[in-house]
Amino acid sequence: MISSAQNTAYEGFSAFLERNMNTDLLRFTTAGSVDDGKSTLIGRLLHDSKAVYEDQLASVKKSRINRSTGPVDFSLLTDGLRAEREQGITIDVAYRYFATPRRKFIIADAPGHEQYTRNMATGASTADLAVILIDGTKGLLPQTRRHAFIASLLGISNVLAAVNKMDLAEYREDAFHKLQDDFLALAAQLGIASVQCVPISALEGDNVVDRSRRMPWYHGPTLLEHLETVPLPERDSLQSFRFPVQTVIRPDATFRGFAGRIASGAIHPGDPLVALPSGRRTRVRSIVTYDGELPQASSSMSVTLQLDEEIDLSRGDMLVSPGRLPKVSRKFHASVVWLHGTPLELGRTYLVKHTARQTKIRALRIRHRVNVNTLAEEPATRLEMNEIGSVDFETHVPLFFDPYSSNRTMGSFILIDSATNATVGAGMIQESVAAVQLAEEPENEFAASGGPAIPVAPGERYARHGHFPGVVLLEGRSALAERLERFLFDVGLEVLHLSRSEFFGDAFVETVRVARAAGVIVLYSGGALSRETKDRIALEFDNRFLDVAGAPELPFDEEQAVRHVQAFARSLRFVDEQSRIQQKVN
Amino acid sequence: MTNASEVLVRQSELEPGRAIKMGTFAPRRLNHLRALESESIHILREAAAEFARPVMLYSIGKDSSVMLRLAQKAFFPGRIPFPLLHVDTSYKFPEMIEFRDSYPRQIGAELIVHKNQEALDAGANPYSLGTQKCCGLLKTKSLLDALAEGAFDAAFGGARRDEEKSRAKERIYSFRDSLGQWNPKNQRPELWNIFNSRLDRGESIRVFPLSNWTELDVWLYIHAEQIPIVPLYFARERDVVFRNGSIVVIDSPAQLLPGEKTQRLKCRMRSLGCVPCTGAIRSDADTVPQIIAEMVSFRRSERENRAIDHDEEGSMELKKREGYF
Repeated sequence: MISSAQNTAYEGFSAFLERNMNTDLLRFTTAGSVDDGKSTLIGRLLHDSKAVYEDQLASVKKSRINRSTGPVDFSLLTDGLRAEREQGITIDVAYRYFATPRRKFIIADAPGHEQYTRNMATGASTADLAVILIDGTKGLLPQTRRHAFIASLLGISNVLAAVNKMDLAEYREDAFHKLQDDFLALAAQLGIASVQCVPISALEGDNVVDRSRRMPWYHGPTLLEHLETVPLPERDSLQSFRFPVQTVIRPDATFRGFAGRIASGAIHPGDPLVALPSGRRTRVRSIVTYDGELPQASSSMSVTLQLDEEIDLSRGDMLVSPGRLPKVSRKFHASVVWLHGTPLELGRTYLVKHTARQTKIRALRIRHRVNVNTLAEEPATRLEMNEIGSVDFETHVPLFFDPYSSNRTMGSFILIDSATNATVGAGMIQESVAAVQLAEEPENEFAASGGPAIPVAPGERYARHGHFPGVVLLEGRSALAERLERFLFDVGLEVLHLSRSEFFGDAFVETVRVARAAGVIVLYSGGALSRETKDRIALEFDNRFLDVAGAPELPFDEEQAVRHVQAFARSLRFVDEQSRIQQKVN
Repeated sequence: MTNASEVLVRQSELEPGRAIKMGTFAPRRLNHLRALESESIHILREAAAEFARPVMLYSIGKDSSVMLRLAQKAFFPGRIPFPLLHVDTSYKFPEMIEFRDSYPRQIGAELIVHKNQEALDAGANPYSLGTQKCCGLLKTKSLLDALAEGAFDAAFGGARRDEEKSRAKERIYSFRDSLGQWNPKNQRPELWNIFNSRLDRGESIRVFPLSNWTELDVWLYIHAEQIPIVPLYFARERDVVFRNGSIVVIDSPAQLLPGEKTQRLKCRMRSLGCVPCTGAIRSDADTVPQIIAEMVSFRRSERENRAIDHDEEGSMELKKREGYF
């Protein structure tokens, strides 16, 4: 029997439950230098928002170490590893959790010293907002610039500048306003859209959770109030649908679904889609989940899509909306944070993981390195650990991407050293790069290269293109050939459309021989060729040869012809010995 | 009729007529439980797609129950494409074993049970060995043996970063060397949701899909999804003794130490481990909402009642280095 008083309490609790199941999630990262009081601030935030349990607090209180001037060293709540407690510094990114009735929070707490750019980048990579600590007694230091730069580089548009140690600055309004002006200027320079400056004392608790009575001149929100109320718009501007296929779900012959997490946009049953890399069009039949079919799914949801037509898709492929396609390219330009003790080397082959795709990658050129303290661009030929550079890359097979600034998932990748399996770099794609621009090398580098010339072997060319040369004969069908040239070019193939009808006999054979030596795929749409010429071409190209017009078994229907050409292009994919072995092992 | 903008969680057979709204499909942002769920499903699918032989460590506890539900969701309408592995110390509560032997089967999951029979035959037990050594033999060694025996290259675990200090820095993909050991200084940086699954022979990765969940999130999700859990989590009158400041539930007289006498106490488990090393808490909470209400007013962490965490400062970190989860 429930008394009415209990009943009321239970109703209050139901409301509590309801509210707790519907709060949103804010992920933020914190950056500050060793003495900025960052650990103290986080300890204070956890403690004052009652996220610290009594037994954890008791263990901190009885710890032999107290590096603070107060009775409780809040920073001990966050230093998780023995080495950290012993050395008195934070080494690695720590994840912390707390909740208020308004929001749930995940803190990625990154150590701020010079050598830990990589940790700040790690913490910022999943964050919606960055809290940057500034010592109110010192002003903007080079590290403040570094922290703000890394936050903006990783795509964070919301920054809270916590001007700490206001107790030591005698809670002076002018001290705060000077720092606020300096920081707003820096944020404007970096293009950070939303900035809030809050004067605090982490040690004394001023303006962290509760409003300070010692700074009546400040009328803005406290640090926690801002975190609780800052609007969280979709952080990505990209609206087009992007769905990297993670895995194929096929429980029996009747069901085939493509599982993944929506990287961008929204989708409904019936919506048209394009599959990459094939370029085939299809439609969504249903959005399948354990909780039933959905009428709509949108960005960041994990779902399974059933399609109208049976098309061949596997892990690493992508479904996108036909309106605006992502870039499909093997060459792009990206900002890179180097994470490993062995520096980034030009020309060396690494592995890249981008969405659900993994392939080989080489750095072709370092455009510049960024000095993270001055933000100056400096020339560089390699990148050391914790350095950030602007680099041109080339991959083995095309990636499907959008700029990082428009969508984090579609624009981010990691680099893996294939010998040690270490994660060595993290990249943010800026744009695809035209091949011509990439080929430009400064003349003095050529002069300095010296040494005996090593001839370029055909295999090297094929490895760079990612495919063998081949010939497709589309006699008399120049419109189709033009479409195919554009499509194959866009998916990263080296393709050349020869349409002129003056190629006859030997002249034509000589021309395609040059194209073969260059590793190019030729689409021929000129006049009809003789049987003998076709046989000679087939021989020249080791039978990497497709005669669309001449083969009676190939239908004249345009879409089917396109499919045959696509299948043929796939069969040309160049696989070197190591990948072939790797594939067998897998 | 389902409102187009809402998802109704399927009704539990246990509580007919009760459907819970699990938030709306905000077109722009998911609520926190949906966001955590989606991230976990992404992790489960990545690992299942990239590793040759994954396995899911199944501890029978509430976190395992949540992880299992997420796996059902990740591969629906297919079956969970990897087996579950329970490392049985033989000191688990009978209710846990009963649950283990029925629930996974009900949902069509494959279950492997592994015991360190050699150590048990040699008489390993927590009373004579002490908790550290007992855990080392019956849990850590047993786990490493089971992983080696099954040639598993990835093992899902239900650990959360909010559980204990050394776990706050754990990766979602936690790399283990060929001896199954964890080196906190040699973990791979993890950016965005891109995971490095590359391994050499003998190496493995522990995958933690619940890394970003808190204890409260787990309970809210169990409530929202009506996930079945072991009855030990619910309060009722039990036979207990007070031992070293803990409330120890006694299932048979054989568990009594000399001089101990049982008494009846209304209590429940906040986390589940082995009988001798898992203390109960005094409680009246016998439904999930009551557990949540109690939790919100709690000011003590859930692992406080686990003997193994308190043997020494930093003891969880030491156990993890040796290969413990």
